[in-house]
Amino acid sequence: MSQPGRPKDEYRRAQPEGTPVGAAALPLDAQALYLKLRDGVRALLRPGTVLVGIWSGGAWLAERLHAELQCEGAVGVISSTLHRDDFGARGMASGTDATKLPFAIEGSHILLIDDVLYTGRTIRAVINELYDFGRPARVDLAVLVDRGGRELPIEPAFAAARIELPAARKLALARDAAGCFSFSVREA
Amino acid sequence: MLSRRNPQLNAHGELIHLLSIEGLPRDVLTQILDTAGTFLSVNDREVKKVPLLRGKSVFNLFFENSTRTRTTFEIAAKRLSADVINLDIARSSAAKGESLLDTIANLSAMHADMFVVRHSESGAPYLIAQHVAPHVHVVNAGDGRHAHPTQALLDMYTIRHYKQDFSGLVVAVVGDIVHSRVARSDIHALSTLGAAEIRVVGPKTLVPGDLAPMGVRVCHDLASGLRDADVVIMLRLQNERMSGALLPSAAEFAKSYGLSPDKLALAKPDVIVMHPGPINRGIEIDSAVADGAHSVILPQVTFGIAVRMAVMSIIAGNEA
Repeated sequence: MSQPGRPKDEYRRAQPEGTPVGAAALPLDAQALYLKLRDGVRALLRPGTVLVGIWSGGAWLAERLHAELQCEGAVGVISSTLHRDDFGARGMASGTDATKLPFAIEGSHILLIDDVLYTGRTIRAVINELYDFGRPARVDLAVLVDRGGRELPIEPAFAAARIELPAARKLALARDAAGCFSFSVREA
Repeated sequence: MLSRRNPQLNAHGELIHLLSIEGLPRDVLTQILDTAGTFLSVNDREVKKVPLLRGKSVFNLFFENSTRTRTTFEIAAKRLSADVINLDIARSSAAKGESLLDTIANLSAMHADMFVVRHSESGAPYLIAQHVAPHVHVVNAGDGRHAHPTQALLDMYTIRHYKQDFSGLVVAVVGDIVHSRVARSDIHALSTLGAAEIRVVGPKTLVPGDLAPMGVRVCHDLASGLRDADVVIMLRLQNERMSGALLPSAAEFAKSYGLSPDKLALAKPDVIVMHPGPINRGIEIDSAVADGAHSVILPQVTFGIAVRMAVMSIIAGNEA
């Protein structure tokens, strides 16, 4: 039922594959960028805005932003799994968390948070996922890093950093036991 | 054509058909249960549909009667946005003498992407899986006395939902074991997932003699089978599959092996009681137990939809 030809990549499995590339070579200090993101998100908040983090890196960021910005209500987690456009080639992703939106979506201002914005396909899937729960009044997006390479007309309201990265490299946020953020860069 | 490799798995060890629990590694079973958890929450959404199988055709091919299983497969496929075609085989070409493989070839020519098959002959889904094109997937919805893998998976989902972990569990499977494809699939699944003790309980005529190698403890006495059990899986007395005098009477069976509240009291205080349905009230299970506080029979049905969604979406995403 799936289309042949497209290799299954590290998105599939919980643990990343491929050759690690020194993140130090990139001018990315995840902790410093997080503080910049926090300022950007603060400026985007309106009364009643709810933060929804995109699993997994975005969910970590949203959780911390929600606590530090003392947002009202709960924080949401959203997964792109059920609306991905490459399901036929990649199949079901394992190890992804389910969407948890413990508040009404109908008529609300949703601020999506993600770690890395690339093609925009995850954001498209996530917006579809969001609409399965209701019709929001407005949806915004804030990201830690915009690495360019968009394949859909999607732009963030705020990006803490904009970088150029070869298509062969995969940039992902990592979180250690103490809750500190760092970036990992791998050859896809 | 078929190598020694498990025909359900591709060269990467990914599930492409679901034919039997036997031989499936633990991580495949766990992936299905985890994915089912994701789909269970789809029921809480305003839109109770996801687009994973949009544009795909799922053929429900039931050569043997079923209401619950066929309906839950249909709901599962529809929630995944597939087009579902239900074939009433008893009234179709099979009744006119068409062979199984000819039926499959014709349905494949109608661009079937997945077959959900129930058949009274053990192995029929294997035969189909060997003959379909690489992009077509097969799910066994019960074949003869052999296997009923999605029932076992939904049973495992139910157990994990209520008990979290399999490692310390004592599970008793009670009743007509010999005719039960559910019992076989449950035993394989429980053993793969690491249940501490699997007991099989029933009269000598209804318990096969070759179960010991499967790592189960056989009890012919209900009281000792139930003692301190965490999970009791009752099986339906399958009158339609019985030939010859395996039992004196259903009433006699009910007296010795029917699950009543006083017998259930021998199990752990937080025991859960399961049944694949349809239940024969007053034979293998008393109404007081089936409708009682320990019964999780109806949640099993709900979980069955999510588990079947998980199976269909996983196999549909893997290449042969």
